[in-house]
Amino acid sequence: MIKKIVYAMTAALILISVYIDFFIAPVPINPGQAAGDPNNFKIFYFHLPIAISAYLSFFIVFISSILYLRKKEQKWDIVSLAAAEVGVVFALLTLISGSIWGRSAWNAYWVSWDVRLNTSLILFLIYISYLMIRQAVEEPEKRARLSAVFGIIGFISVPISFLSVRFYSRMHPCVVGPCPGGGGGGIGGEVLYYLLLNFAAYFLLAATLIMLKIDNEKLKEKVNDIKRNNNL
Amino acid sequence: MKFLEIAKKDLLAEFRTKQMLNSMVIFALLVIVIFSFAFGNEATIYIPNLKKKIIDILAPGMLWIAFTFAGMLGLSRSFAGEKEEGCLDGLKLCPVDRSDIYNGKVLSNAVLMFLMEIATLPIFIVLFSYEIKNLPGLIVVIILGTFGFIFVGTLLSALTVNTRTREILLPVILFPVLIPVILSAVTATATMLANGDIADISGELQILAVYDIIFFVVAQMVFEYTIED
Repeated sequence: MIKKIVYAMTAALILISVYIDFFIAPVPINPGQAAGDPNNFKIFYFHLPIAISAYLSFFIVFISSILYLRKKEQKWDIVSLAAAEVGVVFALLTLISGSIWGRSAWNAYWVSWDVRLNTSLILFLIYISYLMIRQAVEEPEKRARLSAVFGIIGFISVPISFLSVRFYSRMHPCVVGPCPGGGGGGIGGEVLYYLLLNFAAYFLLAATLIMLKIDNEKLKEKVNDIKRNNNL
Repeated sequence: MKFLEIAKKDLLAEFRTKQMLNSMVIFALLVIVIFSFAFGNEATIYIPNLKKKIIDILAPGMLWIAFTFAGMLGLSRSFAGEKEEGCLDGLKLCPVDRSDIYNGKVLSNAVLMFLMEIATLPIFIVLFSYEIKNLPGLIVVIILGTFGFIFVGTLLSALTVNTRTREILLPVILFPVLIPVILSAVTATATMLANGDIADISGELQILAVYDIIFFVVAQMVFEYTIED
Protein backbone atom coordinates (compact mmCIF):
# COMPACT_ATOMS: atom_id res chain seq x y z
CA MET A 1 0.00 0.00 0.00
CA ILE A 2 2.74 2.43 0.98
CA LYS A 3 4.58 1.52 -2.20
CA LYS A 4 1.54 2.35 -4.29
CA ILE A 5 1.27 5.75 -2.63
CA VAL A 6 4.94 6.43 -3.36
CA TYR A 7 4.53 5.40 -7.00
CA ALA A 8 1.47 7.62 -7.39
CA MET A 9 3.25 10.56 -5.75
CA THR A 10 6.25 10.08 -8.03
CA ALA A 11 4.11 10.08 -11.14
CA ALA A 12 2.21 13.17 -10.01
CA LEU A 13 5.29 15.12 -8.95
CA ILE A 14 7.22 14.33 -12.14
CA LEU A 15 4.30 15.47 -14.27
CA ILE A 16 3.83 18.66 -12.24
CA SER A 17 7.51 19.52 -12.20
CA VAL A 18 7.95 18.95 -15.93
CA TYR A 19 4.95 21.20 -16.59
CA ILE A 20 6.30 23.89 -14.27
CA ASP A 21 9.80 23.73 -15.76
CA PHE A 22 8.54 24.25 -19.28
CA PHE A 23 5.65 26.68 -18.82
CA ILE A 24 5.89 28.52 -15.51
CA ALA A 25 9.41 28.62 -14.03
CA PRO A 26 11.72 31.49 -14.97
CA VAL A 27 15.24 31.07 -16.37
CA PRO A 28 17.09 29.94 -13.21
CA ILE A 29 20.58 31.40 -13.65
CA ASN A 30 21.65 34.64 -15.23
CA PRO A 31 22.77 33.47 -18.69
CA GLY A 32 25.36 36.21 -19.05
CA GLN A 33 27.32 35.83 -22.27
CA ALA A 34 25.84 32.41 -23.11
CA ALA A 35 26.05 31.37 -26.73
CA GLY A 36 22.53 30.02 -27.18
CA ASP A 37 18.96 30.84 -26.21
CA PRO A 38 18.77 31.73 -22.47
CA ASN A 39 15.68 29.50 -22.19
CA ASN A 40 18.01 26.53 -22.60
CA PHE A 41 19.16 27.26 -19.08
CA LYS A 42 15.91 25.79 -17.82
CA ILE A 43 17.53 22.36 -18.30
CA PHE A 44 19.17 23.20 -14.97
CA TYR A 45 15.91 22.23 -13.25
CA PHE A 46 16.45 18.62 -14.41
CA HIS A 47 20.20 18.59 -14.46
CA LEU A 48 21.02 19.30 -10.82
CA PRO A 49 18.36 17.04 -9.22
CA ILE A 50 19.32 14.15 -11.54
CA ALA A 51 23.00 14.57 -10.69
CA ILE A 52 22.33 14.63 -6.95
CA SER A 53 20.04 11.59 -7.26
CA ALA A 54 22.88 9.72 -8.99
CA TYR A 55 25.27 10.62 -6.16
CA LEU A 56 22.71 9.47 -3.60
CA SER A 57 22.19 6.17 -5.41
CA PHE A 58 25.93 5.54 -5.37
CA PHE A 59 26.01 6.36 -1.69
CA ILE A 60 23.33 3.69 -1.20
CA VAL A 61 25.57 1.24 -3.09
CA PHE A 62 28.42 2.10 -0.72
CA ILE A 63 26.38 1.67 2.45
CA SER A 64 24.67 -1.52 1.36
CA SER A 65 28.02 -2.96 0.22
CA ILE A 66 29.42 -2.42 3.71
CA LEU A 67 26.31 -3.93 5.25
CA TYR A 68 26.55 -6.93 2.95
CA LEU A 69 30.15 -7.64 3.95
CA ARG A 70 29.27 -7.33 7.62
CA LYS A 71 26.02 -9.29 7.67
CA LYS A 72 26.21 -11.47 4.54
CA GLU A 73 22.47 -11.02 3.96
CA GLN A 74 21.40 -11.30 0.37
CA LYS A 75 18.94 -8.41 0.59
CA TRP A 76 21.82 -5.91 0.83
CA ASP A 77 23.30 -7.29 -2.36
CA ILE A 78 19.99 -6.76 -4.13
CA VAL A 79 19.84 -3.19 -2.82
CA SER A 80 23.37 -2.51 -4.12
CA LEU A 81 22.53 -3.86 -7.54
CA ALA A 82 19.31 -1.88 -7.80
CA ALA A 83 20.91 1.37 -6.62
CA ALA A 84 23.92 0.91 -8.92
CA GLU A 85 21.77 0.36 -11.99
CA VAL A 86 19.56 3.35 -11.27
CA GLY A 87 22.64 5.43 -10.42
CA VAL A 88 24.32 4.58 -13.72
CA VAL A 89 21.22 5.61 -15.66
CA PHE A 90 20.99 8.88 -13.72
CA ALA A 91 24.71 9.54 -14.14
CA LEU A 92 24.36 9.03 -17.87
CA LEU A 93 21.38 11.40 -17.93
CA THR A 94 23.47 13.95 -16.03
CA LEU A 95 26.21 13.72 -18.64
CA ILE A 96 23.71 14.01 -21.50
CA SER A 97 21.73 16.90 -20.04
CA GLY A 98 24.96 18.65 -19.07
CA SER A 99 26.35 18.29 -22.58
CA ILE A 100 23.19 19.70 -24.11
CA TRP A 101 23.33 22.63 -21.74
CA GLY A 102 27.06 23.07 -22.34
CA ARG A 103 26.44 23.34 -26.07
CA SER A 104 24.17 26.26 -25.37
CA ALA A 105 26.15 27.95 -22.61
CA TRP A 106 29.76 27.31 -23.61
CA ASN A 107 29.31 26.51 -27.30
CA ALA A 108 30.86 23.10 -26.66
CA TYR A 109 29.35 19.76 -25.68
CA TRP A 110 32.29 18.84 -23.55
CA VAL A 111 35.03 20.88 -21.87
CA SER A 112 37.76 18.40 -21.24
CA TRP A 113 39.48 19.77 -18.15
CA ASP A 114 36.59 20.75 -15.95
CA VAL A 115 36.26 19.37 -12.43
CA ARG A 116 32.63 18.46 -12.30
CA LEU A 117 32.37 17.18 -15.84
CA ASN A 118 35.25 14.82 -15.30
CA THR A 119 34.13 13.77 -11.84
CA SER A 120 30.72 12.86 -13.22
CA LEU A 121 32.34 10.95 -16.07
CA ILE A 122 34.65 9.07 -13.67
CA LEU A 123 31.68 8.24 -11.46
CA PHE A 124 29.82 6.87 -14.45
CA LEU A 125 32.83 4.78 -15.51
CA ILE A 126 33.38 3.38 -12.02
CA TYR A 127 29.82 2.14 -11.71
CA ILE A 128 29.85 0.75 -15.25
CA SER A 129 32.82 -1.35 -14.11
CA TYR A 130 30.85 -2.29 -10.99
CA LEU A 131 28.11 -3.68 -13.21
CA MET A 132 30.74 -5.45 -15.33
CA ILE A 133 32.09 -7.25 -12.26
CA ARG A 134 28.60 -8.42 -11.46
CA GLN A 135 28.28 -9.74 -14.98
CA ALA A 136 31.58 -11.62 -14.83
CA VAL A 137 30.80 -13.80 -11.81
CA GLU A 138 28.32 -16.68 -11.93
CA GLU A 139 27.90 -17.77 -8.31
CA PRO A 140 25.50 -15.46 -6.46
CA GLU A 141 27.41 -15.46 -3.16
CA LYS A 142 30.78 -14.74 -4.76
CA ARG A 143 29.25 -12.12 -7.03
CA ALA A 144 27.74 -10.34 -4.05
CA ARG A 145 31.01 -10.42 -2.10
CA LEU A 146 33.30 -9.25 -4.91
CA SER A 147 30.99 -6.51 -6.10
CA ALA A 148 30.56 -5.30 -2.51
CA VAL A 149 34.35 -4.91 -2.24
CA PHE A 150 34.38 -2.90 -5.45
CA GLY A 151 31.35 -0.89 -4.36
CA ILE A 152 33.38 0.29 -1.36
CA ILE A 153 36.63 1.00 -3.23
CA GLY A 154 34.86 2.76 -6.08
CA PHE A 155 32.95 5.10 -3.83
CA ILE A 156 36.04 6.02 -1.79
CA SER A 157 37.95 6.96 -4.93
CA VAL A 158 35.33 9.50 -5.99
CA PRO A 159 36.22 12.35 -3.59
CA ILE A 160 39.94 11.84 -4.34
CA SER A 161 39.17 12.01 -8.06
CA PHE A 162 37.31 15.22 -7.44
CA LEU A 163 40.32 16.69 -5.62
CA SER A 164 42.78 15.59 -8.28
CA VAL A 165 40.82 17.02 -11.19
CA ARG A 166 40.54 20.28 -9.24
CA PHE A 167 44.05 21.22 -10.40
CA TYR A 168 42.71 22.13 -13.80
CA SER A 169 40.71 25.16 -14.74
CA ARG A 170 37.06 25.42 -13.87
CA MET A 171 34.18 26.17 -16.15
CA HIS A 172 31.19 24.59 -14.50
CA PRO A 173 29.27 27.10 -12.38
CA CYS A 174 29.01 26.70 -8.61
CA VAL A 175 25.41 26.96 -7.62
CA VAL A 176 25.40 26.60 -3.87
CA GLY A 177 27.94 28.19 -1.57
CA PRO A 178 31.01 30.23 -2.44
CA CYS A 179 32.86 29.45 -5.64
CA PRO A 180 36.66 29.77 -5.82
CA GLY A 181 36.61 30.94 -9.44
CA GLY A 182 33.85 33.49 -8.83
CA GLY A 183 30.57 33.47 -10.73
CA GLY A 184 27.54 31.28 -10.22
CA GLY A 185 25.64 31.37 -6.97
CA GLY A 186 22.57 33.43 -6.35
CA ILE A 187 19.74 30.96 -6.35
CA GLY A 188 16.85 32.20 -4.33
CA GLY A 189 13.23 33.29 -4.38
CA GLU A 190 10.80 31.38 -6.58
CA VAL A 191 13.60 29.62 -8.45
CA LEU A 192 14.57 27.90 -5.21
CA TYR A 193 11.00 26.63 -4.65
CA TYR A 194 10.77 25.26 -8.18
CA LEU A 195 14.17 23.68 -7.76
CA LEU A 196 13.13 22.02 -4.49
CA LEU A 197 10.02 20.67 -6.20
CA ASN A 198 12.23 19.15 -8.89
CA PHE A 199 14.49 17.70 -6.23
CA ALA A 200 11.51 16.03 -4.55
CA ALA A 201 10.31 14.69 -7.89
CA TYR A 202 13.63 13.20 -8.97
CA PHE A 203 14.53 11.78 -5.55
CA LEU A 204 11.17 10.03 -5.53
CA LEU A 205 11.76 8.83 -9.08
CA ALA A 206 15.11 7.34 -8.11
CA ALA A 207 13.59 5.75 -4.99
CA THR A 208 10.69 4.31 -7.01
CA LEU A 209 13.00 2.85 -9.64
CA ILE A 210 15.22 1.31 -6.97
CA MET A 211 12.20 -0.19 -5.20
CA LEU A 212 10.86 -1.60 -8.46
CA LYS A 213 14.24 -3.09 -9.28
CA ILE A 214 14.46 -4.68 -5.82
CA ASP A 215 11.01 -6.26 -6.27
CA ASN A 216 12.06 -7.40 -9.71
CA GLU A 217 15.18 -9.10 -8.34
CA LYS A 218 13.22 -10.76 -5.55
CA LEU A 219 10.78 -12.17 -8.10
CA LYS A 220 13.72 -13.43 -10.13
CA GLU A 221 15.00 -15.24 -7.05
CA LYS A 222 11.60 -16.80 -6.50
CA VAL A 223 11.40 -17.99 -10.10
CA ASN A 224 14.87 -19.48 -9.83
CA ASP A 225 13.90 -21.28 -6.62
CA ILE A 226 10.79 -22.74 -8.22
CA LYS A 227 12.81 -23.83 -11.24
CA ARG A 228 15.38 -25.48 -9.03
CA ASN A 229 12.82 -27.26 -6.86
CA ASN A 230 10.97 -28.66 -9.86
CA ASN A 231 14.17 -29.55 -11.72
CA LEU A 232 13.24 -27.40 -14.68
CA MET B 1 56.84 -9.60 9.35
CA LYS B 2 55.41 -12.73 7.75
CA PHE B 3 54.53 -10.80 4.64
CA LEU B 4 58.26 -10.58 3.87
CA GLU B 5 58.31 -14.36 3.50
CA ILE B 6 55.45 -14.28 1.03
CA ALA B 7 57.14 -11.54 -0.98
CA LYS B 8 60.38 -13.49 -0.86
CA LYS B 9 58.64 -16.59 -2.22
CA ASP B 10 57.13 -14.60 -5.09
CA LEU B 11 60.37 -12.92 -6.00
CA LEU B 12 62.33 -16.16 -5.77
CA ALA B 13 59.89 -17.84 -8.15
CA GLU B 14 60.02 -14.81 -10.42
CA PHE B 15 63.80 -14.52 -10.58
CA ARG B 16 64.16 -18.20 -11.48
CA THR B 17 62.46 -17.57 -14.80
CA LYS B 18 62.33 -13.75 -14.98
CA GLN B 19 59.36 -14.34 -17.25
CA MET B 20 57.15 -11.59 -15.88
CA LEU B 21 59.87 -9.03 -15.42
CA ASN B 22 61.13 -9.54 -18.98
CA SER B 23 57.68 -9.13 -20.48
CA MET B 24 57.01 -6.02 -18.41
CA VAL B 25 60.28 -4.34 -19.38
CA ILE B 26 59.95 -5.26 -23.04
CA PHE B 27 56.34 -4.12 -23.12
CA ALA B 28 57.23 -0.75 -21.56
CA LEU B 29 60.09 -0.43 -24.02
CA LEU B 30 57.72 -1.18 -26.91
CA VAL B 31 55.25 1.44 -25.75
CA ILE B 32 58.02 4.05 -25.70
CA VAL B 33 59.34 2.92 -29.10
CA ILE B 34 55.87 3.06 -30.63
CA PHE B 35 55.39 6.56 -29.29
CA SER B 36 58.77 7.50 -30.68
CA PHE B 37 57.75 6.21 -34.14
CA ALA B 38 54.30 7.74 -33.93
CA PHE B 39 55.51 11.21 -33.00
CA GLY B 40 58.68 11.01 -35.09
CA ASN B 41 60.69 14.16 -35.52
CA GLU B 42 57.72 16.40 -34.74
CA ALA B 43 58.28 15.68 -31.07
CA THR B 44 61.36 17.90 -31.03
CA ILE B 45 59.62 20.92 -32.62
CA TYR B 46 59.85 23.98 -30.39
CA ILE B 47 56.68 25.92 -29.65
CA PRO B 48 57.66 29.56 -29.00
CA ASN B 49 54.36 30.53 -27.32
CA LEU B 50 54.73 27.91 -24.61
CA LYS B 51 58.55 28.01 -24.53
CA LYS B 52 58.44 24.21 -24.75
CA LYS B 53 59.16 21.44 -27.18
CA ILE B 54 56.24 19.16 -28.12
CA ILE B 55 58.00 16.31 -26.35
CA ASP B 56 57.92 18.30 -23.10
CA ILE B 57 54.14 18.29 -23.26
CA LEU B 58 53.85 14.64 -24.25
CA ALA B 59 56.57 13.10 -22.08
CA PRO B 60 54.79 12.82 -18.71
CA GLY B 61 51.69 11.18 -20.17
CA MET B 62 53.83 8.86 -22.26
CA LEU B 63 55.91 7.74 -19.30
CA TRP B 64 52.87 6.97 -17.18
CA ILE B 65 51.12 5.15 -20.02
CA ALA B 66 54.21 2.95 -20.34
CA PHE B 67 54.42 2.40 -16.57
CA THR B 68 50.74 1.62 -15.98
CA PHE B 69 50.28 -0.58 -19.06
CA ALA B 70 53.39 -2.59 -18.30
CA GLY B 71 52.46 -2.76 -14.61
CA MET B 72 49.07 -4.13 -15.61
CA LEU B 73 50.77 -7.17 -17.12
CA GLY B 74 52.44 -7.97 -13.82
CA LEU B 75 49.28 -7.37 -11.80
CA SER B 76 47.07 -9.59 -13.92
CA ARG B 77 49.49 -12.51 -13.45
CA SER B 78 50.06 -11.80 -9.76
CA PHE B 79 47.12 -13.85 -8.49
CA ALA B 80 46.29 -15.74 -11.68
CA GLY B 81 49.56 -17.68 -11.32
CA GLU B 82 48.64 -18.68 -7.78
CA LYS B 83 45.21 -19.82 -8.88
CA GLU B 84 46.44 -22.19 -11.58
CA GLU B 85 48.25 -24.74 -9.45
CA GLY B 86 45.95 -24.34 -6.47
CA CYS B 87 48.66 -22.32 -4.72
CA LEU B 88 46.12 -19.79 -3.52
CA ASP B 89 44.53 -22.44 -1.31
CA GLY B 90 47.97 -23.22 0.08
CA LEU B 91 48.56 -19.57 0.80
CA LYS B 92 45.23 -19.30 2.57
CA LEU B 93 46.13 -22.29 4.72
CA CYS B 94 49.33 -20.56 5.89
CA PRO B 95 49.18 -19.55 9.54
CA VAL B 96 49.29 -15.87 8.65
CA ASP B 97 46.80 -13.08 8.68
CA ARG B 98 44.98 -12.57 5.36
CA SER B 99 46.33 -9.05 5.11
CA ASP B 100 49.87 -10.46 5.22
CA ILE B 101 49.16 -12.18 1.91
CA TYR B 102 48.10 -8.84 0.51
CA ASN B 103 51.15 -7.01 1.89
CA GLY B 104 53.48 -9.66 0.56
CA LYS B 105 51.95 -9.45 -2.89
CA VAL B 106 52.15 -5.65 -2.76
CA LEU B 107 55.82 -5.82 -1.95
CA SER B 108 56.70 -8.29 -4.70
CA ASN B 109 54.60 -6.41 -7.29
CA ALA B 110 56.22 -3.14 -6.24
CA VAL B 111 59.73 -4.57 -6.62
CA LEU B 112 58.92 -5.76 -10.15
CA MET B 113 57.31 -2.43 -11.02
CA PHE B 114 60.32 -0.44 -9.78
CA LEU B 115 62.77 -2.65 -11.70
CA MET B 116 60.70 -2.09 -14.84
CA GLU B 117 60.66 1.67 -14.25
CA ILE B 118 64.40 1.79 -13.65
CA ALA B 119 64.91 0.04 -16.97
CA THR B 120 62.39 2.16 -18.87
CA LEU B 121 63.50 5.63 -17.82
CA PRO B 122 66.98 5.53 -19.43
CA ILE B 123 65.52 4.12 -22.65
CA PHE B 124 63.07 6.99 -22.73
CA ILE B 125 65.88 9.49 -22.21
CA VAL B 126 67.92 7.96 -25.03
CA LEU B 127 65.12 7.60 -27.58
CA PHE B 128 63.93 11.16 -27.19
CA SER B 129 67.31 12.65 -26.28
CA TYR B 130 65.58 14.06 -23.27
CA GLU B 131 66.99 15.68 -20.21
CA ILE B 132 65.30 15.29 -16.82
CA LYS B 133 65.70 18.49 -14.84
CA ASN B 134 64.70 17.45 -11.35
CA LEU B 135 65.53 13.77 -10.92
CA PRO B 136 65.09 13.47 -7.11
CA GLY B 137 61.64 15.07 -7.38
CA LEU B 138 60.73 12.75 -10.21
CA ILE B 139 61.78 9.74 -8.15
CA VAL B 140 59.51 10.83 -5.29
CA VAL B 141 56.58 11.20 -7.70
CA ILE B 142 57.25 7.83 -9.30
CA ILE B 143 57.49 6.08 -5.92
CA LEU B 144 54.23 7.57 -4.64
CA GLY B 145 52.42 6.98 -7.94
CA THR B 146 53.65 3.41 -8.21
CA PHE B 147 52.52 2.57 -4.70
CA GLY B 148 49.08 4.00 -5.41
CA PHE B 149 48.91 1.88 -8.54
CA ILE B 150 50.10 -1.26 -6.71
CA PHE B 151 47.88 -0.89 -3.63
CA VAL B 152 44.69 -0.73 -5.68
CA GLY B 153 45.96 -2.99 -8.45
CA THR B 154 46.89 -5.86 -6.14
CA LEU B 155 43.51 -5.73 -4.44
CA LEU B 156 41.61 -5.68 -7.72
CA SER B 157 43.87 -8.39 -9.12
CA ALA B 158 42.78 -10.62 -6.25
CA LEU B 159 39.20 -9.61 -6.95
CA THR B 160 39.27 -10.37 -10.68
CA VAL B 161 41.07 -13.68 -10.34
CA ASN B 162 37.77 -15.27 -9.31
CA THR B 163 35.87 -14.00 -12.32
CA ARG B 164 35.39 -15.56 -15.72
CA THR B 165 37.18 -12.92 -17.79
CA ARG B 166 39.97 -12.02 -15.39
CA GLU B 167 42.66 -10.68 -17.74
CA ILE B 168 40.15 -8.51 -19.59
CA LEU B 169 38.24 -7.34 -16.55
CA LEU B 170 41.23 -6.10 -14.53
CA PRO B 171 42.21 -3.10 -16.71
CA VAL B 172 38.56 -2.18 -17.20
CA ILE B 173 37.84 -1.92 -13.48
CA LEU B 174 41.27 -0.68 -12.42
CA PHE B 175 41.67 2.42 -14.56
CA PRO B 176 38.56 4.32 -13.41
CA VAL B 177 39.65 3.87 -9.79
CA LEU B 178 43.22 4.86 -10.69
CA ILE B 179 42.32 8.17 -12.30
CA PRO B 180 43.38 10.28 -9.27
CA VAL B 181 46.82 8.63 -9.25
CA ILE B 182 47.37 8.97 -12.97
CA LEU B 183 46.19 12.58 -13.11
CA SER B 184 48.25 13.73 -10.13
CA ALA B 185 51.31 11.74 -11.17
CA VAL B 186 51.21 13.08 -14.72
CA THR B 187 50.89 16.72 -13.70
CA ALA B 188 53.56 16.32 -11.03
CA THR B 189 55.88 14.56 -13.48
CA ALA B 190 55.37 17.37 -15.99
CA THR B 191 56.53 19.91 -13.41
CA MET B 192 59.50 17.78 -12.39
CA LEU B 193 60.63 17.25 -15.97
CA ALA B 194 60.44 20.99 -16.66
CA ASN B 195 62.85 21.99 -13.93
CA GLY B 196 60.17 22.57 -11.35
CA ASP B 197 60.82 22.86 -7.68
CA ILE B 198 59.36 20.16 -5.43
CA ALA B 199 57.37 22.87 -3.63
CA ASP B 200 55.41 23.46 -6.86
CA ILE B 201 53.83 20.04 -6.71
CA SER B 202 52.88 19.90 -3.03
CA GLY B 203 49.18 19.64 -3.98
CA GLU B 204 49.76 16.65 -6.23
CA LEU B 205 52.06 15.00 -3.70
CA GLN B 206 49.42 15.42 -1.00
CA ILE B 207 46.78 13.77 -3.16
CA LEU B 208 49.11 10.90 -4.03
CA ALA B 209 50.02 10.40 -0.37
CA VAL B 210 46.39 10.56 0.76
CA TYR B 211 45.36 8.14 -1.96
CA ASP B 212 48.15 5.73 -0.98
CA ILE B 213 47.28 5.83 2.70
CA ILE B 214 43.51 5.51 2.24
CA PHE B 215 43.71 2.60 -0.14
CA PHE B 216 46.38 0.83 1.85
CA VAL B 217 44.17 0.94 4.93
CA VAL B 218 40.97 0.04 3.07
CA ALA B 219 42.71 -2.85 1.33
CA GLN B 220 43.79 -4.29 4.70
CA MET B 221 40.14 -4.33 5.70
CA VAL B 222 38.51 -5.71 2.56
CA PHE B 223 41.22 -7.97 1.13
CA GLU B 224 40.07 -11.03 3.04
CA TYR B 225 36.68 -10.86 1.31
CA THR B 226 38.24 -11.07 -2.14
CA ILE B 227 39.95 -14.44 -1.62
CA GLU B 228 37.45 -16.02 0.77
CA ASP B 229 35.44 -18.98 -0.49
